[in-house]
Amino acid sequence: MTAVDFLAFTRGPLFDVALIIFIAGLAIRFVEILVLGRRRDFSEPRRGGFGSGLRTMFSRTLPETGTMKRAPTTVVAGWVFHIGFLVTLLLFVPHIEMFQAVLGFGWPGLPTPIIDFAGILAMVAMVVVLINRLRNPVMRFLSGFGDYLPWLLTFLPLITGWLVFHRLLLPYPAMLGLHILSVELLMILFPFTKLMHTFTAFLARYYTGAAFGRKGVQS
Amino acid sequence: MQIDETTPNAARSAASGDDRTLGALLAARGVSRRAFLKYSSYLASLLALPASMAPAMAASLAKAQRQSVIWLSFQECTGCTESLTRSLSPTLDDLIFDFISLDYHHTLQAASGHAAEEARMQAMEAHKGKYIVAVDGSVPVKDGGIYSTIAGMSNLDILEETTKDAFAVVAIGSCAAFGGLPLADPNPTGAVPVTELVTDKPVINIPGCPPIPEAMAAVLAHVLTFGILPELDSLGRPKSFYGESVHDRCYRRPFYDRGEFAESFDDEGAKKGWCLYKLGCKGPATSNACATVKWNGGTSFPIEAGHPCLGCSEPGFWDMGGFYRALSVPTGDVARIAAVAAGAGVVAGAAAGALHRATKSAARGKHHTVTVEELEEK
Amino acid sequence: MSANVERAVNAFKEQIDASTAAFFSSCVHCGLCAEACLFYLETGDPKYTPIHKLEPLRRVWWSSYTLFGRLASLIGLAPKVTDDLLKDWKELVYDSCSMCGRCSMVCPVGNDITGMIRKEREGMIAAGHAPDGLKGASSRAIKIGSPMGVTLKAVKAQIGHLEADTGMTIPVNVEGAEYLVLMSSMEIMNYPEYLEAIARIFEAAGASWTIASDAFEATNSGIQIGASDIARELVMRIVAAAERLKVKTVISPECGHAYTALRWEGPNLIGRPFPFKARHILEVLDEFRADGRLQTEGFEEDRLTFHDPCQIVRRGGVIDEPRRLIDMVAKDFVEMDDNGRYNWCCGAGGGVSAIEEAHDLKLTAFLKKKKQLDAVKPEKLMTACANCRIQLEEGMEETGMDIPVIGLTETLAEHLKTPETAKG
Repeated sequence: MTAVDFLAFTRGPLFDVALIIFIAGLAIRFVEILVLGRRRDFSEPRRGGFGSGLRTMFSRTLPETGTMKRAPTTVVAGWVFHIGFLVTLLLFVPHIEMFQAVLGFGWPGLPTPIIDFAGILAMVAMVVVLINRLRNPVMRFLSGFGDYLPWLLTFLPLITGWLVFHRLLLPYPAMLGLHILSVELLMILFPFTKLMHTFTAFLARYYTGAAFGRKGVQS
Repeated sequence: MQIDETTPNAARSAASGDDRTLGALLAARGVSRRAFLKYSSYLASLLALPASMAPAMAASLAKAQRQSVIWLSFQECTGCTESLTRSLSPTLDDLIFDFISLDYHHTLQAASGHAAEEARMQAMEAHKGKYIVAVDGSVPVKDGGIYSTIAGMSNLDILEETTKDAFAVVAIGSCAAFGGLPLADPNPTGAVPVTELVTDKPVINIPGCPPIPEAMAAVLAHVLTFGILPELDSLGRPKSFYGESVHDRCYRRPFYDRGEFAESFDDEGAKKGWCLYKLGCKGPATSNACATVKWNGGTSFPIEAGHPCLGCSEPGFWDMGGFYRALSVPTGDVARIAAVAAGAGVVAGAAAGALHRATKSAARGKHHTVTVEELEEK
Repeated sequence: MSANVERAVNAFKEQIDASTAAFFSSCVHCGLCAEACLFYLETGDPKYTPIHKLEPLRRVWWSSYTLFGRLASLIGLAPKVTDDLLKDWKELVYDSCSMCGRCSMVCPVGNDITGMIRKEREGMIAAGHAPDGLKGASSRAIKIGSPMGVTLKAVKAQIGHLEADTGMTIPVNVEGAEYLVLMSSMEIMNYPEYLEAIARIFEAAGASWTIASDAFEATNSGIQIGASDIARELVMRIVAAAERLKVKTVISPECGHAYTALRWEGPNLIGRPFPFKARHILEVLDEFRADGRLQTEGFEEDRLTFHDPCQIVRRGGVIDEPRRLIDMVAKDFVEMDDNGRYNWCCGAGGGVSAIEEAHDLKLTAFLKKKKQLDAVKPEKLMTACANCRIQLEEGMEETGMDIPVIGLTETLAEHLKTPETAKG
């Protein structure tokens, strides 16, 4: 298989397969969570839970100050990674073109030097996150294959993407093929791993925010 | 030029034993030493050689005997030959034909039929081990190679016979280098590139549809000057011409970096000359010198004319998912696939959810009431 | 699978809902919940990481409520819940969790970890893997009427002393009273000043109230041990009394989990809304304050801080009320650095105070509160939960601190304007 065949394969049939597994997997996991349902709450609410739930979906993005002081590495590296990764993923024009093809709509992108910088930030943060996971007693205690695999699945698209952009290591078509392959690997394993938190975290935040909110506590 | 003469080169050359040097030939044709030196400098720069090499190159070239070249045309469209011969600056690029003794070339030679094949045999005999075989077009190998024959011989056999005693093989154009259009899906003739068939001789790929004429001239000059092949990349292409991407040397690159793109062929962005990536430009994936050497005597190149690069010098460029589809865009019908997958996922999720709910109500049904009597026991 | 394990798994299956599934799907093992848990922070032992305490529940979620987990368990790849696992987790689920809810407050993906611990305890107790202290308390609560074995006789004795000392009448079983007042065992046994304070404040406010002879106890061991069956019976006693006496509001005393049990879990335990309001005493006092029915005179001169009882504040929503009330009687009130919804637990909530094996651990956990107190150096420590109060007193005694702990309600009563002065 030549590099170009490989690229054509990753842009074509393999992407289709990855997309099917990704989308269907996401839908399955979401629906099976929602279908479980929650019991009706008979207690008299202090205020509506819905608004609080919505607020918590976003407010949990910022850490409480004490947490920031006690675990600055986890908080800061986590933040930098998420921002860098999302900027790279969502605001790089070639990526937006891909989203446009799948979703039917697009949005404006950012200049490439910013994307380049964001990608590097994300990778550096990921290395810090990994070292932190290996050194922090709690994280090392909690972590297993299920935690290291998603790290790798996330890091590979970043590093290969950066190599494609800078035309390093391999000819462009081969590197682009590798990049797309790494993304497909991510997509295929996404619904089966902790990567799911990307979406379910907002559901979790809503539930908790609404439960606290009913009691009159902004969480 | 030879085509103006009545006697085919090879026949004349072999018959007359023309062993004049290139310098003598050029002088006879009225090309000044100064003009020749200038051209040598140009070729040296194209080959990424230091400027100091130009006089030495000119001297070598002047002393060199004309290189015998046998040009085999297989599954091709003659576009490559057109590209070479219809250059806008004949006095310069035509020199290529002065460097070489084109001993066999369907389109250009006057002889035809058995006489033409005879010329090929003579050249092979006279320059055994020294001649260069230039190939344009791919070679069909399916069904014994019957889909393209010349004088009753399949391309496959001619190639094998001709390259046996060659010094090197130059695959000119994307069809010869990578299979090109004939190899494109579904490849009915079983077309293959030259490199797949010639494994015992050095093969230089000069891909492009067509390739840049200067690339051909410069490579020949390199061989004549140094007696060795130029440095090649992993796809057998001279690094001096194919070392950089169209994208990296494109004058529209700043627009790409700034995020300014033409969204259609007639929008404001297109009129302002913004980047054509979204219109399917394959510049990032294409290694070629179009953006620097340009075409038609340095006039422009496709992107400059407002059209995205098709990536014609890359393997499989016909099958890269469409000329007007951006490189990062999947080639399948992804929007539909995503919709169907989502629908199927929701159904499967609901089915799984029903299973979960059944489990839960079963658990409720089996609820074990905790009593204090039981707590006291345990 | 033994009968015990089967019961536990069955209870887990009953408890897991959409929120549990969303929570487990979202955890990325970032470890930040540990940084919010005083049991981890004060011991440094990673096993006390809150999310780790949920492993048994997580296993049942994955193997029973995810399609992929179901497939995995079909081929035997899903980790199972065993009796040994539950035994090992007993310490993590009970001894080292005061249900303070601080982890739920900081989890970046928004997991209500404490809420899941509550669910997990249902399975633990179904399998019998609960601390003896809590089992005994539950048993006494059901059989005697109070987890500490306090009987109606003891309550009556206290009422007798009170009436003799103050000349007031303590209303018992008064039908049609507006408020039904509950007490915790601790208050009956250790802090009789609470009942006196109520009597005086309510008299001054002109509010009609009563105690129910068959439902004076507010605490609910069933909530702490995690047995809804027991909790329901205990709540039902209060509901029955309130309905019989036709009160408008039932008042939960200065006790943390009693408030959660009545206010938030109660209606769900009995499966219907209450026909009366359930309020914490501080909420009622704050209403009196707002209506001008609670008037005070004079101020505490001491430097004073407030320890937020987790169940009343973070998990109860009574945050501003105590502060408004404190402002009525304190001149030099200082907040600890983490307060209100971000307070730190005393270390003995969620039933921990009733677990003998957790004695040393809860005193270690108290060190978090000690650091907070050392930072503000109060002369008096005020709180609104009898259980917190006991733990704070014990913790300070162990660590050589000497700060008096006072209840908010009784302090308000001390500064109460007498009806005569109020009129004038």
